[in-house]
Amino acid sequence: MIFNGKLVLEDGSSFRGTLIGAKLAKSEMGEVVFNTSMVGYQEILSDPSYCDQIICMTYPLIGNYGVSEEFFESRDLFCKGLIIKDLCTHPSHFSNENTLNSLLVQKDLCGLCNVDTRALTKTLREHGTIKGLIVSSEVETSKVVEKLKNTNLLEQVSKVSKKEEEFFENSSASKHVVLVDFGYKGNILKNLKEKYKVTVVPFNSSFEKIKSLNPDGVCLSNGPGDPMDLQGTINMINTLQDHFPIFGICLGHQLLSLANGAKTEKMLYGHRGGNHPVKDVETGKVYMSSQNHGFIVTKDSLEKAGLDTWFINVNDKSVEGVKVRGKKAISVQFHPEHRPGPRDTNFLFEEFEKLMESN
Amino acid sequence: MKKYKKVMVIGSGPIIIGQAAEFDYSGSQCLQVLRELGIESVLVNSNPATIMTDETMADKVYLEPITEKFVQDIIIKEKPDAILSSFGGQTALNMSKTLAESGFLAKHNVDVLGSNLETIKTAEDRFLFREKMISMNIPVPEGQIVSSLEEGKKVLKEYGLPLIIRPAYTMGGSGGGLVKSEEEFLETLTKGLHLSSITQCLVEKSIAGYKEIEYEVIRDKNDNTVIICNMENIDPVGIHTGDSIVVAPSQTLSDDDYQNLRDISLNVVRALKIEGACNVQLALDPHSKHCIIIEVNPRVSRSSALASKATGYPIAKISTFIALGQNLDEVLNPITGKTYASFEPSIDYVVSKFPRWPFDKFTTANKNLGSQMKSTGEVMALGRTLEESILKAVRSLELKYDHLEDSSMKDLSQDELLDIILKQDDSRIFAIAEFLRNQGEIEEIYQKTMIDKFFLNKIKKIIRIEQRLASEELSKDLLYFSKYLGFTNSAISRFSKKSEIEVESLLDEFSISPVVKLVDSCAAEFPALTPYYYQTYEEYDEWEEEKDKKIAIIGSGPIRIGQGIEFDYSCVHSLIACRELGYKTIMINNNPETCSTDFSMSDRLYFEPLYKEDVLNILKREKPEGVIVQFGGQTAINLTKDISDAGFKILGTSPEDIARAEDREQFEKVLDDLEINRPAALTLSDVKEIDDILDQIIFPVMLRPSFVLGGQFMEIAHDETDLREYLKQEIIINKERPLLIDQYIEGLEIEVDGLCDGSEVCIPGIMEHIERAGVHSGDSMAVYPSVKLFDEIKEKIVSMTEQLAKALNIKGIFNIQFMHKKGKVYVIEVNPRASRTVPFLSKMTKVHMAQVATQLMLGKSLNDLGLKPGVCPTPDFYAVKVPIFSFDKLSGVEPGLGPEMKSTGEVMGKAKDLPMALYKGLLSLGIDLPKRKNILITLSDRYKQEGASLVKRFHDLGFTLLSTPGTAEYIKNNLGLEMKIVHKIGKADYNLHHYVLDGEIDVIINTLSKGKKSNTDGHLLRRTAFERRIPCFTSLDTAKSYLDVLEYYERKDHA
Repeated sequence: MIFNGKLVLEDGSSFRGTLIGAKLAKSEMGEVVFNTSMVGYQEILSDPSYCDQIICMTYPLIGNYGVSEEFFESRDLFCKGLIIKDLCTHPSHFSNENTLNSLLVQKDLCGLCNVDTRALTKTLREHGTIKGLIVSSEVETSKVVEKLKNTNLLEQVSKVSKKEEEFFENSSASKHVVLVDFGYKGNILKNLKEKYKVTVVPFNSSFEKIKSLNPDGVCLSNGPGDPMDLQGTINMINTLQDHFPIFGICLGHQLLSLANGAKTEKMLYGHRGGNHPVKDVETGKVYMSSQNHGFIVTKDSLEKAGLDTWFINVNDKSVEGVKVRGKKAISVQFHPEHRPGPRDTNFLFEEFEKLMESN
Repeated sequence: MKKYKKVMVIGSGPIIIGQAAEFDYSGSQCLQVLRELGIESVLVNSNPATIMTDETMADKVYLEPITEKFVQDIIIKEKPDAILSSFGGQTALNMSKTLAESGFLAKHNVDVLGSNLETIKTAEDRFLFREKMISMNIPVPEGQIVSSLEEGKKVLKEYGLPLIIRPAYTMGGSGGGLVKSEEEFLETLTKGLHLSSITQCLVEKSIAGYKEIEYEVIRDKNDNTVIICNMENIDPVGIHTGDSIVVAPSQTLSDDDYQNLRDISLNVVRALKIEGACNVQLALDPHSKHCIIIEVNPRVSRSSALASKATGYPIAKISTFIALGQNLDEVLNPITGKTYASFEPSIDYVVSKFPRWPFDKFTTANKNLGSQMKSTGEVMALGRTLEESILKAVRSLELKYDHLEDSSMKDLSQDELLDIILKQDDSRIFAIAEFLRNQGEIEEIYQKTMIDKFFLNKIKKIIRIEQRLASEELSKDLLYFSKYLGFTNSAISRFSKKSEIEVESLLDEFSISPVVKLVDSCAAEFPALTPYYYQTYEEYDEWEEEKDKKIAIIGSGPIRIGQGIEFDYSCVHSLIACRELGYKTIMINNNPETCSTDFSMSDRLYFEPLYKEDVLNILKREKPEGVIVQFGGQTAINLTKDISDAGFKILGTSPEDIARAEDREQFEKVLDDLEINRPAALTLSDVKEIDDILDQIIFPVMLRPSFVLGGQFMEIAHDETDLREYLKQEIIINKERPLLIDQYIEGLEIEVDGLCDGSEVCIPGIMEHIERAGVHSGDSMAVYPSVKLFDEIKEKIVSMTEQLAKALNIKGIFNIQFMHKKGKVYVIEVNPRASRTVPFLSKMTKVHMAQVATQLMLGKSLNDLGLKPGVCPTPDFYAVKVPIFSFDKLSGVEPGLGPEMKSTGEVMGKAKDLPMALYKGLLSLGIDLPKRKNILITLSDRYKQEGASLVKRFHDLGFTLLSTPGTAEYIKNNLGLEMKIVHKIGKADYNLHHYVLDGEIDVIINTLSKGKKSNTDGHLLRRTAFERRIPCFTSLDTAKSYLDVLEYYERKDHA
């Protein structure tokens, strides 16, 4: 076992490991985050919300069932690195087409295995999310730290959002939904396509543009980064909610909240995993949810903004979903489309359907 | 939400195959919650060897038979407002079902907490369950329910072979199995219909080869439902999950597979409206997304105990809260203290569970694994790689393996190894490793076993390291990699051909040492409060130094014949005593079923192999004040020397004195010095030397190898032929481990558990065995207080006990086995440790021996603890400890009693009169007074005379006597009594075997004839009796006790 690489963090700490994936020349800085899902590494890697992030998987055995076309959540891997413990070199699954390592090579993504991921996770938990870079073990840590400190990661949404609109026909559907692309996951589109005609529009589309598509409802997708970076979109949503039923997911939820005057804040280390309990405050029911977010809607800001709490996180009581008072606009912080993770909240797409029907 | 004031909990009774210590763990957790909530608790359980039956655990403890009548009486007396029956396995569920269906519970206003009985019925009745699943579009294996042999034959015709037969309402899959021939089909179906309490079997098409996956689910009344853990059996469908090597979480499932199976599990649990824990077993086609539900267990189970220890999530505890009406999001997760029970644990290590089979003891048993569970216990191991967790599990088994390598397979050809692999027995994984070691192809094994290539490749990875160790320089990288994958130093030494000392010094030189990681249920996402640890080889250590004085306690490992739950009981009591004296406690053990591995029992729990290297690594780090080895059975005693040699203090009796008691030669000297009688003894250190000592042997003799527990390979030889036959077996006999040849005295066995503080000796009680010497003490019924001994003999025993304890410088607890014959008292052995009678005797005498012994080891005197030297006063009741056997699960095993221990557990009966106490004990085994009176008596020549008096007594009680010609003739000649003659097996078309098979016989007395060759007719008779649950006594002493009970009732009826 050779420790020929390391992950250097902005605070000067470093974690040794064995280099995997693309050549080091491709290594890029990212915000280091951890995910506690025990399965679904491919879906996580291909989730655009991880743009500019380096993902540490807490489950130690990764790559066991290989890689399959079926499990891609987007056309590319937008994250900047993968940190794992034990890489599986002989995957086994009937759908397996490729090893995880080959995928990383093909997609120019650097990774590190044989890392004490539990120690890294504890560091992230205690110090909060932090920038990092995968480098060769020979590189001097202090030089990397300098570089990390002097670089900012910005405007991720523009990197992942489509530049052109795209229409998906569904001849058996009567309704038409617009999906605003902040970096949508494939399964959101798949859920919508099953029932509606769908037009995916770029994140910076204007209200007029969306209106001209004459949709029955608008879905605001998930996506990476700080929602406050998207002032133009926030204003657009403010107008949009007066005209169309809206369903926001993750970043879409934060943007809808901001559009109504609520506030968002950066979390210490975020929620990323498939085991987060969320409670519907109206029914008292608890669901397991799939989550991936580093920002959150500030609880105290809801009342003034005319937002009703819909879901809360059972563990930290944070806001997990809101309804806009007097409007047909709802949103959740977690991922009802799942993939990876539990499917408990998939029924929320029906809530969106109900909103459109009552319109 | 209804407030309950008094709740009754039903336990699971004795330990048998399929129902082990997990129910002591879950029951104890349940009682703890009741106490926490201020609810008065009433417990009924017939198993004295449990923590849950400690008087401190429940407000009222009834150590009584779990039968309808006794439980009803307790309910009438205690008037509980509810009962909890989902913590005592199938035994408790069946009992509450019986009580509810008869209307008794409703009449006495007793609610059933947890899942309602309708739910349980649907979950357990194969027919209803299938209907329910089909109605929900959940795929089930293709199959049909049959209630008769005729219906079965039709199904056989329709489906063809192979088929799976699953009897309804039995535990551990009793009587079921995969059948490959018509003969096998008819035999298994007949047996299955008989064993099923509703005479139903499901005949299914085989889905052998599918992946077998389990989900542990919890649901509350608000319909909140979560998965605690999923598990994947390395052995695909076809081997009972209790006999499979299991890993957690699943390793070869994609997110899509995982969620598909999760959805099915949640839907099933919701549809059945289960409240509390439920185990869901599923099968997944390795070539598609097709999945099938196999079955559910609507209660806490062995799997839920495993899932609790694997994740840290206390399933039984949370299930109790739910049963009492709380919801998951209202109960705190005790591991983090901050998050709530309504979440799904995420783990950052790999868990492996290996079954522990009794085949090392039952060498004649049919070892092939199938749908009938055969293991008595299990071990669990945690690692950061799968390889590490598997190798740790292997060395936890205590089967002399330090690696995934069985040296006895070295000379086998690839074809012979493939035969073993195909036979599907307990050594399969070792044969696979050996096959791959010899350059065999993974593909070939996959085709033959359907074990996922993922796992086979992991085994291959272990073997590649072995090869590198053999061919490369021991570099830092290679050594680290070996340790990272879980290799022991001794395995590294063997493959690299370096001495262990060289390996150790290299590890030191390279600074390679284990780190400690925490089990926290959340993969480090939240800070954890609970110090539940394992060791691994990685970069960062999570261990923090504990400044307070601490004591380490070595546990007893997996449950096996000879070393059961009794030892875990003593360990837990020792933990309690250490804590009370202000010490921090460190528990080291690897058995996931037990109370000692409940992280709330100790200050630090190390879930680690009880293997020299792992244990010493913990001790080197923790530096305890002392180590306690007196409670972990032979497992801990066997580690004594290594621990002591490494410089750690063994508390209590010194390692040298332990050796003086354990080592035959040294022990004989102790006895000779004290002029204490012992049976004449010879030793044999080389089989070839037998002729040299033959003329010194006075037959009969007891043969036993040294350093074994539970009388393994112990036999009585009546003559030279017996002796020579015995020596043909594969027993290790050498200078270090000589064979002991002891004079066999057919006397009364007496057992004493004692406490000694170094100067004074306290004897809480003297127990007397019902069966004469020759039957292993663990298989004898033990009576407390003694009945047959005269005071002078008792005095002799007390004085010998005191002499021996002092001579051996005992500090703590010890056990002595005596024999009495014709006024002479002999000492058979001294165990310098807690014995299996400690819980029984502690409960009966109210002297908590394990706690007292711990206090003595830590410097207290008996006087400090208010205990007087000598024997404690005798009580005004009798208590009988009665062994229970699991022969019905182990085909091929001889059920007759002998010097080798065979029982898996025990029950007890306590009453004012001895016959009543005996009756309760027998009742707890399932032996009631016979409804009809047909007794079959066949006596071997040696026992004809003695047996005749019993025949007379049965006759006087109005029994119809049946016998084989020899016995009948003897009885006629000597007693003048006519017995109905039945023919011996093979002698007539309708012989005694048919009588038994046709249910014509209610009780059997069958003494063993010379030797105990398992192919004799007697063996067949005894096996059949066991499978048919007909009381069959092979010892005249047991039969006499049964007669005492019958006569007692006869008198009572006429009084």
